[in-house]
Amino acid sequence: MRAMTYRGPYRVRVEEKPDPRIEHPNDAIVRVERAAICGSDLHLYHGMMPDTRVGHTFGHEFIGVVEQVGPSVRSLDVGDRVMVPFHVSCGSCWFCARGLYTNCHNVNPNATAVGGIFGYSHTTGGYDGGQAERVRVPFADVGPQVIPEWLDPDDALMMTDALGTGYFGAQLASIRQGDTVVVLGAGPVGLYAAKSAWFMGAGRVIVVDQFEYRLEKARTFAHAETINFAEVDDVVVEMKKQTDYLGADSVIDAVGAEADGNFLQHVTSAKLKLQGGSPVALNWAIDGVRKGGTVSAMGAYGPIPNAVKFGDAMNKGVTIHMNQAPVKRQWPRLLEHIQAGHITPSEIITHRIPLEHIDEAYHLFSAKLDGCIKTVIVP
Amino acid sequence: MSAVEGGDAVSGGAGDADVPGGAAPGDAVAARRAGAGVDAVPPGALDHTPYVADPPRRVPSAAELRERIPGWGSDLALEDRPSVPKLSREVGATSGAHWDLPDQQPDGEGRERSIEHAHVTPVFGTAQPLSGPAGVVRRYAYRRFSEGRLAHWMLLVLGDRIDVATHRVTDALRGRPDRVVHETGVRAELRHHPVASRAGSSRRDWRHGLLDPVVANWGWFAALGGVVLLVRRLRRR
Repeated sequence: MRAMTYRGPYRVRVEEKPDPRIEHPNDAIVRVERAAICGSDLHLYHGMMPDTRVGHTFGHEFIGVVEQVGPSVRSLDVGDRVMVPFHVSCGSCWFCARGLYTNCHNVNPNATAVGGIFGYSHTTGGYDGGQAERVRVPFADVGPQVIPEWLDPDDALMMTDALGTGYFGAQLASIRQGDTVVVLGAGPVGLYAAKSAWFMGAGRVIVVDQFEYRLEKARTFAHAETINFAEVDDVVVEMKKQTDYLGADSVIDAVGAEADGNFLQHVTSAKLKLQGGSPVALNWAIDGVRKGGTVSAMGAYGPIPNAVKFGDAMNKGVTIHMNQAPVKRQWPRLLEHIQAGHITPSEIITHRIPLEHIDEAYHLFSAKLDGCIKTVIVP
Repeated sequence: MSAVEGGDAVSGGAGDADVPGGAAPGDAVAARRAGAGVDAVPPGALDHTPYVADPPRRVPSAAELRERIPGWGSDLALEDRPSVPKLSREVGATSGAHWDLPDQQPDGEGRERSIEHAHVTPVFGTAQPLSGPAGVVRRYAYRRFSEGRLAHWMLLVLGDRIDVATHRVTDALRGRPDRVVHETGVRAELRHHPVASRAGSSRRDWRHGLLDPVVANWGWFAALGGVVLLVRRLRRR
């Protein structure tokens, strides 16, 4: 089969690889119909995630058709069209039994601090991902779900990570009626988080980014106020001014390891790999939230230590809620939101690129060319 | 979905009850001060929210938000938020698992694992098994250091760099050499408005973006430098 393969930092290409096979009784093989590039794929692309091996196939956002199932699979049949959550989960360990599907303990021998993720290095279990023609999906009875006939395939694709993660991020922010919520980052997850903050009763939603085209999307798609941090002298002071010097009730870090806004932080992490990610957004969140407020973090960071302003967080009595989003847990409610017309997830898709041009797709997304927000890959 | 209950005015503080009739909390403060004979509130003082207990907040009313924002307040009730509470046996009971412990995937013997795990997990990825010099470094990182040790991660990063350098050679020998320019995807610059995407924009990422070609090609630059040094040394002899 044809599959995207990692060749080293800033280098990918399409190669011929052996088809995946059933390796466990509850496996399924899915023929990928559409995949997407996630902002967190850029962390791998830029070489920031330890144990990213040459030849690895990225891609944890994908939908497709079931081609094979293992002997113990009960809930799926060959031919089913499914959406697959980005996380691999057994459904029965201590953590899954409590709904923490992204913290599954039975799927990632390489680490205990993170669960299993499709196409996200060997630090998350060594599973090839969905930017390929086919993919092995473990625990077919736990993760995948048949796509409802009424659901647009692009909306289903967004459900597999970005939408579920943004929605989860708004929940982590503990929003109550009338709260002022700042969302750092106007990428797909940030846009969905901003939109979701309204569902939870936010009184104001302010989105911060440096790309004007993304802030325009935040205004139109997510009905948010915006701050362009590149156009203000000090974004923390601006957040204070915008909230009458109180600070936001909640700040959502929807950026993660690629955060810009501080040259030294960015270069030591994204270029020199001396940190597990640039904590600029997290530090802005800690400084921008009001005392006693809540910081939500679901942007991805790596396992290497970061220069986080922990003292400010402690002195302000900040509550920090964080996790990888258990997106399957979000699906029933998100389907209700989509069906009710509250959100059309596919509105943020800007580009569709064939798998054969995956190298261009990554460069386009990484360099933020052509108004790129979300790129869909078609095998 | 549950409907949003309560009055139309949004609260003055996080989690406070709705303010009936839209009266701003700041008005209450001013009235209280006036009643107590306190000096008139200086203009603008109440704009600086944290210095008083119940200042006004620039928040639209619930009715206005409900009118303007599709779905506003539809998840106001905590029971409508799927990840609240964080730990839920009720949620876990619907995972779809029909086993207490999953079957063990075969061929896990000898596979690298975190020493914080008691054993190789029942299911694991089999892509790109350890191999070559990078495999030796990675296996040592897993076998010797826990995830809590920086050495674990820095050895894995070192393994990554060795892996890339090794594949430059081995892939070339296998007839699948690097496509030095092609693999960077730089051709996207030709089709996707490289100038318009950058010119006149406030974006700041160009400052560190200048380093990207170095990060992407440092191996080639190092190899080229080595060749230059070697040639110069040979010429001097």
